[in-house]
Amino acid sequence: MHLLWCCVALVSITAHTAEPRRPDPLKSGIEFSSAEVRALQQDDFSSPAMLWATRGEKLWNEPAGAGNKSCASCHQDARASMKGVSARYPKVDPGTARLTNIEGRINLCRTQNQQAPALRYESDELLALTAYIGMQSRGMPVNAVIEPQNRRNFERGRDIFYTRMGQINLACTHCHDRNFGRKLLNDTLSQGHGNPYPAYRLEWQTVGSLHRRLRACFFGVRAELPPAGSQDLLDLELFLAWRSQGLKVETPGVRK
Amino acid sequence: MSVARILVPSQAKRGEVVEVRIAIQHPMETGFRMDNNGRAIPKNTVSNLVCRYNGAEVFRAEMGSGIAANPYLQFYFVAQDSGNVEFSWVDDAGEKGSASSAITIA
Repeated sequence: MHLLWCCVALVSITAHTAEPRRPDPLKSGIEFSSAEVRALQQDDFSSPAMLWATRGEKLWNEPAGAGNKSCASCHQDARASMKGVSARYPKVDPGTARLTNIEGRINLCRTQNQQAPALRYESDELLALTAYIGMQSRGMPVNAVIEPQNRRNFERGRDIFYTRMGQINLACTHCHDRNFGRKLLNDTLSQGHGNPYPAYRLEWQTVGSLHRRLRACFFGVRAELPPAGSQDLLDLELFLAWRSQGLKVETPGVRK
Repeated sequence: MSVARILVPSQAKRGEVVEVRIAIQHPMETGFRMDNNGRAIPKNTVSNLVCRYNGAEVFRAEMGSGIAANPYLQFYFVAQDSGNVEFSWVDDAGEKGSASSAITIA
């Protein structure tokens, strides 16, 4: 059975070795959201996601670890130093030569520079910092560059996007390329962009990372869930960033 | 750690009706949910929130399991004198929170 699965996977991978296409016209998920959700995201005070960004601002200035350094000790004012940073991630970290997203970058800083324990993925603290850093790029176009260092990650992410998976046997592309704008039960399918994340989802009643959202899709097609922060999800995150190139960052966004 | 955001106009005219908004980060556990091991998660909501304007109570909310996580409240009062608008709240777990903002009457 496993062998059969591998064959099926191989066939579908080889079918998509050409450069993939972005959805046309490119639309942010907020355009598929209801008027109420849109109003919530537009008003910085009513948006519950801003509570996390506010907490992130506090954490930014709070010393941590044996080094007794805060983020601000090195990076000063995030409003200047973090402007546009989230829009360029995920990137290959030169030190570890691994693809790193903002969450991973924060934890690298914590363990190497602050000598503090890494923050747990999906913890309120990590979400708050990611949301605060992401907010500094709000309104700027997503701009992840595919270069030789991350080409391999990009291709792996692309293959995940086009590979059928789970008991439902669907690939990301089936909903988010071919059927966006149409209904899946009570939901309007979006194009599946990561530009609002970390975002507040009304369903979660809390802010969650892009990886949590991706895991929800894996769960939806009844596939095995890759852990948050895993290589599979990082590669997929890079592919999604390429795919949403030019869309404006909405972090911290609001979704249904 | 509880985070709250409040929005009170910093300046107002005497007798003006001012809008006050507050959002509190809180899970508002209903008490009806179970954890992964089947044990009940105890109810934990912001049960009592009070707003005082120069020491006098102008607004009070008692919230229960019917209010969604991260409650957001908005109300109005008549600005009379310069002073402080102070919020204080307590949840079922006994954790207290507070926030305040100054208002100046022009």
